[in-house]
Amino acid sequence: MSTKTNMDPSIYARRKRANLFGLVLSMSAMVIGLVFLLWILAILMFKGFSALNLDLLTHNTPAPGTPGGGLANAIVGSLMIVVSCTLLSTPIGVLAGVYLSEYGDRSKSAAVTRFVNDIMLSAPSIVIGLFVYALVVVPSKHFSGWAGTIALSLIAIPVVVRTTENMLKLVPVSLREAAFALGAPKWKVSTTVVLKAAKSGVMTGLLLALARVSGETAPLLFTALNNQFFSFDMNKPMANLPVMIFQFAMSPYENWVSLAWGGALLITLTVLALNIIARVVFREKVSV
Amino acid sequence: MLKIKSWVAALGLSAIAATSMAADLTGAGASFPFPIYAKWAEAYKAKTGHSLNYQSIGSSGGIKQIKAKTVDFGATDAPMTAEELEKDGLVQFPAIIGGVVAVVNVEGIKPGQIKLTGELLADVFAGVIPKWNDKRITDMNPGVALPDAAITVVHRADGSGTTAVFTDYLTKVSANWKSTVGAGAAVKWPAASSVGGKGNEGVAANVSRIKNSIGYVEYAYAKKNNMSHLNLRNLAGQVVEPDDETFAAASASTDWSKIPGMSIYLTNAPGAKSWPITGASFILMYKQPANKANSAEVLKFFDFAFKEGKKMAADLEYVPMPDATTDFIRKSVWNNVNVK
Amino acid sequence: MEQREREVKKDRHPLSVQRVFLWREAKETCMNNADSLMTPHRQSVLRWQRWQDFLFEKTTMVFALSTLVALTGIIVSLFISSWPVLTTFGFEFFYTVEWDIINSKFGGLIAIFGTVVTATIAILIALPLSFGIAVFLTETCPMSLRRPLGTAIELLAAVPSIIYGMFGLFVFAPLFAEYVQPALAGSLGQIPGISILFTGAFNGVGILAAGLILAMMILPFIASVMRDVFEIVPPILKESAYGIGCTTWEVVTKIVLPYTKTGVVGGVMLGLGRALGETMAVTFVIGNAHKLSPSLFSPGNSIASTLANEFGEAEPGLHYAALFSLGLALFLITLIVLSLAKWMLIRAEAKKGMKT
Repeated sequence: MSTKTNMDPSIYARRKRANLFGLVLSMSAMVIGLVFLLWILAILMFKGFSALNLDLLTHNTPAPGTPGGGLANAIVGSLMIVVSCTLLSTPIGVLAGVYLSEYGDRSKSAAVTRFVNDIMLSAPSIVIGLFVYALVVVPSKHFSGWAGTIALSLIAIPVVVRTTENMLKLVPVSLREAAFALGAPKWKVSTTVVLKAAKSGVMTGLLLALARVSGETAPLLFTALNNQFFSFDMNKPMANLPVMIFQFAMSPYENWVSLAWGGALLITLTVLALNIIARVVFREKVSV
Repeated sequence: MLKIKSWVAALGLSAIAATSMAADLTGAGASFPFPIYAKWAEAYKAKTGHSLNYQSIGSSGGIKQIKAKTVDFGATDAPMTAEELEKDGLVQFPAIIGGVVAVVNVEGIKPGQIKLTGELLADVFAGVIPKWNDKRITDMNPGVALPDAAITVVHRADGSGTTAVFTDYLTKVSANWKSTVGAGAAVKWPAASSVGGKGNEGVAANVSRIKNSIGYVEYAYAKKNNMSHLNLRNLAGQVVEPDDETFAAASASTDWSKIPGMSIYLTNAPGAKSWPITGASFILMYKQPANKANSAEVLKFFDFAFKEGKKMAADLEYVPMPDATTDFIRKSVWNNVNVK
Repeated sequence: MEQREREVKKDRHPLSVQRVFLWREAKETCMNNADSLMTPHRQSVLRWQRWQDFLFEKTTMVFALSTLVALTGIIVSLFISSWPVLTTFGFEFFYTVEWDIINSKFGGLIAIFGTVVTATIAILIALPLSFGIAVFLTETCPMSLRRPLGTAIELLAAVPSIIYGMFGLFVFAPLFAEYVQPALAGSLGQIPGISILFTGAFNGVGILAAGLILAMMILPFIASVMRDVFEIVPPILKESAYGIGCTTWEVVTKIVLPYTKTGVVGGVMLGLGRALGETMAVTFVIGNAHKLSPSLFSPGNSIASTLANEFGEAEPGLHYAALFSLGLALFLITLIVLSLAKWMLIRAEAKKGMKT
């Protein structure tokens, strides 16, 4: 057996060099990317931690020039807006997802809805804020936490719809058929059997939607505005973390800037925690 | 099950919220008086428990929001004319007087070290003078070391009464500015290298961050952030420093009771000690407000501010309205606001 | 007697045929008893259930159509609010350079230019970097690191954009002004032809800075989409290539990339859509100046930052309508980009054999 090959050593060397070059480039891309991203997170941790103290939770946002202060009203306001948004978008999103997955195979309108839904997923959030301003704030003649809630829901619902539909589709058909064979009507099958089986997946979708809207600033700029005092009144301008960060970060006052970093750290930790919980609750990869 | 409980809890919370006890007043507008209004609001809340939520969104924002009736009062440094007030059914009164200063970020320059005339200032902002060590600047400031660097102009990105006051002054002192740019709450800034900031806060922050930049802010912002301001030569030919004395001197000759709608710019005022870029900040309210209880409370707030807020104003280098004027305001302006 | 005969006959047949006989018998019994099985009570229960099913289907359909309604509502309300400007300036609004608030003369080109240029810079920088990351994660990364690094990239895609804006303003801008801008002006700024791109004062804020921050923001997003798309490639294709002696790089460029072409382009366009609509990351560092300048160092404005800065104060009138027109333009641009992206991703997924 002859082991002589027809290989041209110079071409092989060239190919090996090209390979090494390409792989080194890709590894350096990874390193550059990671370095930048870790740098951002490190700065956030560093500057945010120095602002973290108990005052953050007990004091309200300070007037310009007044030292100290905290973020209590902004945190409470954000919590209220985000929780109301979740309460609003959960039924709408889950039921829409149920429709798309259970009844959506046979109709053209379902395909169009899916398409539109995915577009709304990435729509510019500031335009949604404009829309809600024209629709809610102008007729009601005041800024309010409710307008902010509606704006955030318009962003959260597509997320919930998509993940719910994907999770429901993963439920095996045999489960549905077994329920049908026992004589259950379709709505009972969809809710008590399929939805229950996909419960953890749907929860994951809700958590992801929650994480997504917690960090949104633009839709709240012209809907919930901001409030320097503590308030539970959703019918009035509501203090919230993202708009507060926007206002404070661009200001020249040191304590304001430091509070902005603290708020930014809080938001990021919340978002990351929600994402990690979602991943742990549902082990399989969830794509949004 | 959990969902139903949360729904009930949410409904309960909002029911409680709807019956909140203390009045929540909302005002929005100029960033020029924001520091003093916020201080007054804090003191007022400590005294009466009513909170006044003031959002600094710029004078044009204040005018827009009061016209849209989304706030209880609007605040603007660019006063509306008497005709405009009549058309919209609004009343206007000045609440505080302050001064606009030009601030710079040049290495080694301390507050008040550089002095300029109004015309030179206009030329810098128009981009006619592009560098710091230009002959025209160094001639007027011998002995001051200025770098060979391009000047970056920082201006307002939002519609601003501070801009209106500043450009009103520049229009009065520079024919070139008057013909090329003009005055207003938002103008087309001609300088090649210009950056916009949101609110007085944004301009101050930008000037602090960008080397070799110049901007214009209300004096409280410059003082609080230890920024270097410029001294100016006023109409009487004297070089003056900005502080509440020179601001008061500029407004001393104004007889507020004679002005229709109390609408006036105090720039380029005569007087040896007058600061040339002084301005008052005005409050806009409806003659027939939708929410009478809130409007009555707003009037009480300003009454408190006029009586007991003088020291707070002076601490921040604002000039409180003189007593004669506040009496006039109570008698002739507030009685037009129907709060019965 | 007949029944016994039938039963004996049946046992002589093979099992499969016996099963058919049993089924036939069951069917006959059912049909004979069907009328007696269907009592009036059961009939009314069935009717009630059919009614419930109908209600359920229609209710969920209404909710599902809500996103359609929302999208249409947004487009309609944007059109209505921007109508005054469209009638006053017509179509040339979108390519006029003008933003005079006092004299009510508006043109959208400055903002559109800023949006498009910053997004383009962002894609130009993020594309090769995320390609490299995706290649690393799918080909050369050691197996134990693959899952944690992949999760890290996905988590970074979830960080809110305002963080990037703050980072840009406080950390990036001063460093950019101090080191990078002079270096760029000194090197690329000396080459005739493109030197115009690097003139101007070193502010640290401007179009280029905004583009770079945007690039950092969409980098993890595009990287994770690309990695998902690369993982769809059937291993047999890659292994065949390795089997005939291809290097890793050749496999990636000649096998994986052509196979995932549509998916990659779709992912990039998704990232582009995100970059076009981004508000916070851009508003902090773009400089907020209504100027159109060929230099990348000069401050500018994007549609989103114009809206964020000026919407709070625009009185109903031409200014208000002009802002809404900008919002409409942005929405239409992102609509087109995202529709294209979605269509391409659907085609890529179809290759995998899975219905989307």
